[in-house]
Amino acid sequence: MAYYPHTSEEIEEMLSSLGYESIEELFEDIPKEARFNDESLLNEGTSELEVSKLMKELSEKNKTVDDYICFMGGGAYDRYIPSTVDHVISRPEFYTAYTPYQPEVSQGTLQHIYEYQTMICRLTGMDVANASMYDGASALAEAVIMAMNVSRKNKIVVPKSLNPYWLRVVKTYLLGSDAEFVMVEEKNGEIDYCDLEDKIDDDVAAVLTQYPNSFGIVENLKEIKDKFTSKKTMFVVMADPIALGLLKKPGDLGADIVVGEGQQLGIPLSFGGPYLGYFAFRKKYVRKSPGRIIGKTEDKEGKRGFVMTYQTREQHIRREKATSNICTNQGLMTVAASVYMSTLGKQGLREVAEQSYKKAHYLFNELTRIDGIKKAYPDKPFFDEFVIEVNTDLNKLKYKMKKEGYLPGIILKHQYPEKDNQLLIAVTEKRTKEEMDSFVSKIKTILKG
Amino acid sequence: MAREGLMYTDSDEWVQKKDNNILRVGITDHAQSELGDIVYVDLPEIGEEYDKGDDVNEIESVKAVAEVKAPVSGKIVAINDQLEDDPALLNEEPFDNGWIFEIEMTDPDQLENLMDLEEYESKLEE
Amino acid sequence: MTELIFELTSPGRKAYTLPDCDVDVDYDDKIKDFIDEEPVNLPEVSEQDLMRHYVELSTLNFHVDKGMYPLGSCTMKYNPKINEDIARLDGFSDIHPYSADEDIQGLLEMLFDFEKDLKILTGMDKFTFQPAAGAHGELTGIKIFRKYFDNKGEDRDKIIVPDSAHGTNPATASMGGFEVITIKSNDKGCVDLDALRDAMDETVAGLYLTNPNTLGIFEEDILEIAKIVHDEGGLLYYDGANLNATMGISRPGDMGFDIVHLNLHKTFSAPHGGGGPGSGPIGVKDFLTQYLPVPVVKKDDNGNKYKLDYSLENTIGKIHGFFGNVGVVVKAYAYTKLLGLKGLKKVSEMACLNANYLKDNLKKDYYLKFNRLCKHEFVLSGKNQKAENSVKTLDIAKRMLDFGVHPPTVYFPQIVDEALMIEPTETESKQSLDNFIRIMKKIASEAKNNPETVKKAPHTTPVKRLNEAKAMRNPDLKYENE
Ligand SMILES: Cc1ncc(COP(=O)(O)O)c(C=O)c1O
Repeated sequence: MAYYPHTSEEIEEMLSSLGYESIEELFEDIPKEARFNDESLLNEGTSELEVSKLMKELSEKNKTVDDYICFMGGGAYDRYIPSTVDHVISRPEFYTAYTPYQPEVSQGTLQHIYEYQTMICRLTGMDVANASMYDGASALAEAVIMAMNVSRKNKIVVPKSLNPYWLRVVKTYLLGSDAEFVMVEEKNGEIDYCDLEDKIDDDVAAVLTQYPNSFGIVENLKEIKDKFTSKKTMFVVMADPIALGLLKKPGDLGADIVVGEGQQLGIPLSFGGPYLGYFAFRKKYVRKSPGRIIGKTEDKEGKRGFVMTYQTREQHIRREKATSNICTNQGLMTVAASVYMSTLGKQGLREVAEQSYKKAHYLFNELTRIDGIKKAYPDKPFFDEFVIEVNTDLNKLKYKMKKEGYLPGIILKHQYPEKDNQLLIAVTEKRTKEEMDSFVSKIKTILKG
Repeated sequence: MAREGLMYTDSDEWVQKKDNNILRVGITDHAQSELGDIVYVDLPEIGEEYDKGDDVNEIESVKAVAEVKAPVSGKIVAINDQLEDDPALLNEEPFDNGWIFEIEMTDPDQLENLMDLEEYESKLEE
Repeated sequence: MTELIFELTSPGRKAYTLPDCDVDVDYDDKIKDFIDEEPVNLPEVSEQDLMRHYVELSTLNFHVDKGMYPLGSCTMKYNPKINEDIARLDGFSDIHPYSADEDIQGLLEMLFDFEKDLKILTGMDKFTFQPAAGAHGELTGIKIFRKYFDNKGEDRDKIIVPDSAHGTNPATASMGGFEVITIKSNDKGCVDLDALRDAMDETVAGLYLTNPNTLGIFEEDILEIAKIVHDEGGLLYYDGANLNATMGISRPGDMGFDIVHLNLHKTFSAPHGGGGPGSGPIGVKDFLTQYLPVPVVKKDDNGNKYKLDYSLENTIGKIHGFFGNVGVVVKAYAYTKLLGLKGLKKVSEMACLNANYLKDNLKKDYYLKFNRLCKHEFVLSGKNQKAENSVKTLDIAKRMLDFGVHPPTVYFPQIVDEALMIEPTETESKQSLDNFIRIMKKIASEAKNNPETVKKAPHTTPVKRLNEAKAMRNPDLKYENE
């Protein structure tokens, strides 16, 4: 099966109109030594029906969050996605268009992005949002680059309570730059303020903070900001967008750039992508910011319309001096996020956050009553993800719980070698009391056994 | 297109001689029309020193960025901060209210490398 | 004018339902100070309002399913519908990224098999699917350049790009901490070998190149180019944006490239989504496999299990928070299975046939700076129209909108004045190409006889030409009316 419509007569007709006898002649300019001749390596195609079958078989070899009851988070969460989301993003008008280079015939995409930017700004308390980065981790990396360009400094202060996997992406992005990373210790599951005070000085380009952090704990952004000694230092907050449905906005607490992983805004887990890096910041930094930005204007008849703006920052114009090299972004995922945020709306996002909070705290209370399970960070506030310390071999526990049909969480030792026996558990609005009660009783049985 | 009594550079700046080795600098009508609607001017700071040919500041239109170069070596002594609020002056009055900066030159001999109107116009024709 | 979704808001209206919360827990004292009393001011609309809003927005868009979209360099081919269904199978869409290897055997098998096909197609030795787009692949490549030379103890701080290169190439080089050296193209539209020789020395890390280049011309001297770069110890990076021209015909690995990226959202038909998502896997030659980002997919020693391997000795680390845009890879894989590598070769043949057919039929009406065999795309110029009737390329592009086709890429590559970069792709039929030719000829004749019609275009679109200068002079980047 092939998606080219040419009949053999048409091919001949077209070739002869060009004065050629065979397709081969179209490739005469390729030197012999650079030609590929081993036809035997080229496999055959197959029908749509057979491909469907093959793909279904492959997909059935995977175990999904529908096969398990999922308590696993760590940056990607099993949330309810309203039907509206897939219906809108399945419209070819959205998914088969590209970058809105011709605004007159792209007002759908452009107005949507303007609305998306507005929603992200309201969520984060920021002035400007861009039309997306690849994912949360790359958004954080771009935020660091932007902070270095704005502040003209190179020291990056990173608390250990920021997801080490994401920090690894940031470090890869900055290979070959003069960025210097300074780590701040963790104390009782949050940033160690004394250590922060020691590490911060006037040479710091950015302080990064995850909100809530990689243990699920809500960091005190205001207190962190109070430790800054220079006005030039940028406060970069990586925030969980669902938590922002409940918690104070980073923008109200002193953040200069707010980024995050937008998967939770209506995007399926899909083994880690396509997701959505959201990216928002204060207006005065707009010229140093990465990514596409849409602005409102009018057409020559005075009608409201939207266009790409501040394009002189981008690679297609400024080339080696561009603020970033990003071109293709995660456009369709911004549509999913907007439809998600509009479907839930003002009350719904609060309710999702509230239910997640309550269910997580219910499970936390029930689990930490079990003999052999301790609260890892007892006096710290958390949102919908928390750490317990279990007096057992976690790998075995995980294995047994999976057999019972649960994805019990993330073993923190993989990310934090010094943390023994700690399990990171996430609870979303999707979990029910019944699921949690049976989860608790299974763990209890296993620990006794 | 260009104006009598000014000097011109290869990179489409005009230069007007004022008193005491001070030169006023802007971009030509030709340059502004090539750029299109100018939307942003990133002005230099007073007191900064430049060598002849250095990039002094950037001008942005909707889809292009242009650098304004120092026509001679010297120190910036004045800037036209009206351009910050109204960059369109560069399109509307490039030779008058659209001037960009004034530079105090250190080497008056460098003026000899600049073009007069006739030379500039014949360059444009090429 | 379509109302903004915020303008449709009516306080208290809802488009969602959730089950009642079935646990009885209150906020504890520790969290209280952190809670924002006021919920986020998101829209409040009904589900029907919401659907009407987005459907109305959608009708304002041009898209591949509506008409020809010959946007040069972007390969806007038809996106087979089956791919969309497959990517939505639970067994692909509902997998948590931290799933254990034993729970994702089907997915890993797919990645492993796809890698096999891509190796054959490119002549490279090992792939990663982590990069989320072409430019992200370029970034991965530049970091490999950086680490490779660091490990060799060589201090190379420059990257060469041709003046015809896409903007992502120089932008990427800067992000790798390299200085960019731009070399001029020769009068055939290709890399000027003397300029390359002059620029290439032991301070240069390598060359970023796409082949065919952005003019749609195959770099005939590619083997000599590779030799010049390699002889000085540099590396060659292949920007795979233009692979649609040469699949099964010529392989970057055989041309001498050391790292390649592919754009699965172009060549392999994954849709562009109004800007993305894409997928930009990169492949490397053997000597660079240990530098790839981790993890890579491996078949384990004793047979049939697949696993994620984190043990690469010189890895640059991670370039994506998880494993890249796997959902996009699924679509590209299904496409590859449908066509087979044989079918992909045919794709390239038809893509080149279509481009040459258009070029030949339009070169009398528009100036063609490089009049020679092209590959999958070619670049015309509106400079005659501009000189003769002050009709600019932008005007021509806008006029095309009135005839129901999307304009080509305009004003790129920068080395052609008033450029119109046309890539029809293989999925357009002869009838559709003939229609496009008719439209282009009509516009050329209008430019002569009725230039005002062209200059004032478009006439039939939902909005007329928009004031982009105003958007920048008075920036309005979000709806303020809270
Ligand atoms: C020649 C070329 N190189 C690189 C890219 C960048 O690819 P992406 O947009 O997927 O990041 C493009 C995309 O337009 C391109 O045309």
